[in-house]
Amino acid sequence: MKSAVIVFPGSNCDRDLAVAFEAATGQKPAMVWHRDTDLPDDIDLIGVPGGFSYGDYLRSGAMAARSPVMQAVARAATRGAFVLGICNGFQVLTESGLLPGALLRNAGGHFVCRDVALTVENAESAFTSRYAAGEAIRYPVAHHDGNYFADDATLDRLEGDGRVALRYGESVNGSARNIAGILNDTGNVLGMMPHPERVIEPAHGATDGRRLFQGLVEGLMARA
Amino acid sequence: MKARIFVTLKGGVLDPQGRAIHHALDGLGFGGVNDVRAGKLIELDLADDTSDEDIDAMCRKLLANTVIENYRVEKSSKA
Repeated sequence: MKSAVIVFPGSNCDRDLAVAFEAATGQKPAMVWHRDTDLPDDIDLIGVPGGFSYGDYLRSGAMAARSPVMQAVARAATRGAFVLGICNGFQVLTESGLLPGALLRNAGGHFVCRDVALTVENAESAFTSRYAAGEAIRYPVAHHDGNYFADDATLDRLEGDGRVALRYGESVNGSARNIAGILNDTGNVLGMMPHPERVIEPAHGATDGRRLFQGLVEGLMARA
Repeated sequence: MKARIFVTLKGGVLDPQGRAIHHALDGLGFGGVNDVRAGKLIELDLADDTSDEDIDAMCRKLLANTVIENYRVEKSSKA
């Protein structure tokens, strides 16, 4: 099972995500620099980490989304590789068009940094298969631009197709319909603002995020 | 050739920055401000033969996110 974590200038959750990938897969992920133009052909799992890529210049995720490696990520996603974008990674995935909508400045204007209540809306995706539908979990968030926006037709389509994977269980950032994480139309790309990689060890104070990574690995093994 | 690209949030898209500016203007005692929307101005210094199509493509591919933003191009040949 081959995994990779993309590293942009200004990424700061890349190493945490690598630890989570290694804990779940048993192998160290490749750390792939933004200027690289290729990923291994048989890559199974790609992480787009949190942070402040390119200093959030222009728009959060805008520059990273146009970096050479993202074309390789898009090709891998089309091939069916799992792609997990967390926080800034979610912003990069929307900016690159791999996921619909956009992440706006938080409605309250504040940077939000705390644990938040989430509901697992779709427990059938590879990312969420180890959770129960409707299960209440807690992940930390740490973002300034997490206010999910899409037009009503897009939101209706996401809801109707079961592509809202996670929803906030409380007011966090003004996101449309309290959306915290969405899937692409083939279910192999997930973007989410909360940080599952920050709650995988008892030493973190909670382990709610561990099952997301375990579910991904099970999904990949089932495919093999 | 210079081109000035004005990027503005679409109507209906929340603008917390504009709202904060509005509050600050209120705090300074400026009455009569009905609304504030903040945007971006990007100035490009371009080769004279740059086509309108290329400028438009720059806006669509990078300078504006057309999911949430509109853009307007103002060209001038003056240095």
